[in-house]
Amino acid sequence: MLNYTFDWSIITSGKYFDWLVSGLITTLKLSTVSIVLAFLLGLLIAVMRMAHSKPVRWFAHAYLEFFRNTPLLVQIFFWYFGSYKILPTVINDWLNKTGFEFAAAAIALTIYTSAFIAEDIRSGVLSIPKEQMEAARSAGFSYLRSMQYIILPQAIRITIPPLVNQFLNLAKNSSLAMTIGVMEMTYQARQVESYTFKGFEAFTAATAVYLVLSIIITAAVNTYNEKVLNVHKAA
Amino acid sequence: MITFKGVHKWFKDLHVLNDINQHVTPGEVLVVCGPSGSGKSTLIRTINQLEPINEGSLIVDGMDLSDKKTNINKLRAEVGFVFQQFNLYPHLSVISNITLAPTKIRNVSKKDAEEQAMVLLNRVGLSEKRDAYPSQLSGGQQQRVAIARALAMKPRIMLFDEPTSALDPEMIGEVLAVMKDLALSGMTMVVVTHEMGFAREVAHRVAFMADGIVLEEAPPEDFFLRPQHERAKQFLRQLLTPMQSGCP
Ligand SMILES: Nc1ncnc2c1ncn2[C@@H]1O[C@H](COP(=O)(O)OP(=O)(O)OP(=O)(O)O)[C@@H](O)[C@H]1O
Ligand SMILES: [Mg+2]
Repeated sequence: MLNYTFDWSIITSGKYFDWLVSGLITTLKLSTVSIVLAFLLGLLIAVMRMAHSKPVRWFAHAYLEFFRNTPLLVQIFFWYFGSYKILPTVINDWLNKTGFEFAAAAIALTIYTSAFIAEDIRSGVLSIPKEQMEAARSAGFSYLRSMQYIILPQAIRITIPPLVNQFLNLAKNSSLAMTIGVMEMTYQARQVESYTFKGFEAFTAATAVYLVLSIIITAAVNTYNEKVLNVHKAA
Repeated sequence: MITFKGVHKWFKDLHVLNDINQHVTPGEVLVVCGPSGSGKSTLIRTINQLEPINEGSLIVDGMDLSDKKTNINKLRAEVGFVFQQFNLYPHLSVISNITLAPTKIRNVSKKDAEEQAMVLLNRVGLSEKRDAYPSQLSGGQQQRVAIARALAMKPRIMLFDEPTSALDPEMIGEVLAVMKDLALSGMTMVVVTHEMGFAREVAHRVAFMADGIVLEEAPPEDFFLRPQHERAKQFLRQLLTPMQSGCP
């Protein structure tokens, strides 16, 4: 440590800078894709969890328990090493073309996070007064339409703070994708370190990226939130 | 229009509706009253199957509610329901509250639905509130919007469950005026209310309930001047001296 000389120039330009930027882009892509998919899948599982049909409810329940209670790293390995054996060849071929590591990581992050999101949305739905469902049903909306137009829009509004948390967790968890060779931020920082021995600089850059990413996610959701909540503040 | 034949309903051991036999003709206004817990809400909620019945037959606008093949969503679209607590959709503006069901269920175009919503808002005296949100309205205004929302589906029957009980006294009149106007236009209505002035003026018939049984039914003038049953007499006495009874 004593004879360590800082050299920031190594990561602010040139080849190593390009590596870090490409890592940043991969992290952004992986996080964005997974956040969107995890939200949609979480919504679906939440609705299934509250469905009238017992088998559907049971399936959603098993899904939640399974994916929330196993380590994300194991799930990433599962999709990376295991999915060859269970997925049809067509899908495997397509995955190979689009970058199999990336796809496996996105699938794992999506499914893992969707289980948490589903539970958050469900508790949001449970906190909406049952009279809202009655009002919707007596207007002639089916159960699913009532959910779609009346219950979920209200539930998601109050679920926003825990949702932000899940999105942040996902962005941070995306660093685990390096273990299967996705060349995201942490992977590239590691690469830079092993080529230059400038680990401090490289990982400082990576840290800054995750921090900024978190701030951006929080700010984006808060802006949306404020726009929505204006209405209620006026009361 | 609405026919109850030997309708029974239980909540576990509690016999909430006991052999209900009622016939509401088109254009008729039926007022249901009775002490708290007598089953009035349960009765009115069976009409659009918010509460299913256990026994007997209930036919609403030609649709048999005991028949599993009856399309319950279609029935509900024909029957407007107004709640004690208004139950407007808090995330939607007044105009969107009114246009949601017509556009999504009846496939009315947005433009037509909004035009029609403005007609209804005019009718309930709230056209200047079209872009307000429910939380920005008084109770009386919310209830008038709720009535407009129900009317937007062009229902053949309107049900009201204590529509003025949650309102401050000075707002009751504005809601009753809208309901009276609706009754005069020939709407078939079932109204659970303790507003005896409204019953006297607007109802064609009053049904008095206690313990899940319709104890007495009569035109309003007979019911108020010559109640037959002891429970009805007691109920009316308490209505006149609300301070002692705690009953609205
Ligand atoms: N979902 C339910 N489960 C169990 N019991 C219920 C349920 N809903 C109502 N009850 C009971 O059934 C009885 C009749 O209730 P209901 O709400 O129909 O009375 P009500 O005449 O409308 O009274 P109020 O004037 O207080 O509104 C009451 O004893 C009530 O506690
Ligand atoms: Mg009641």
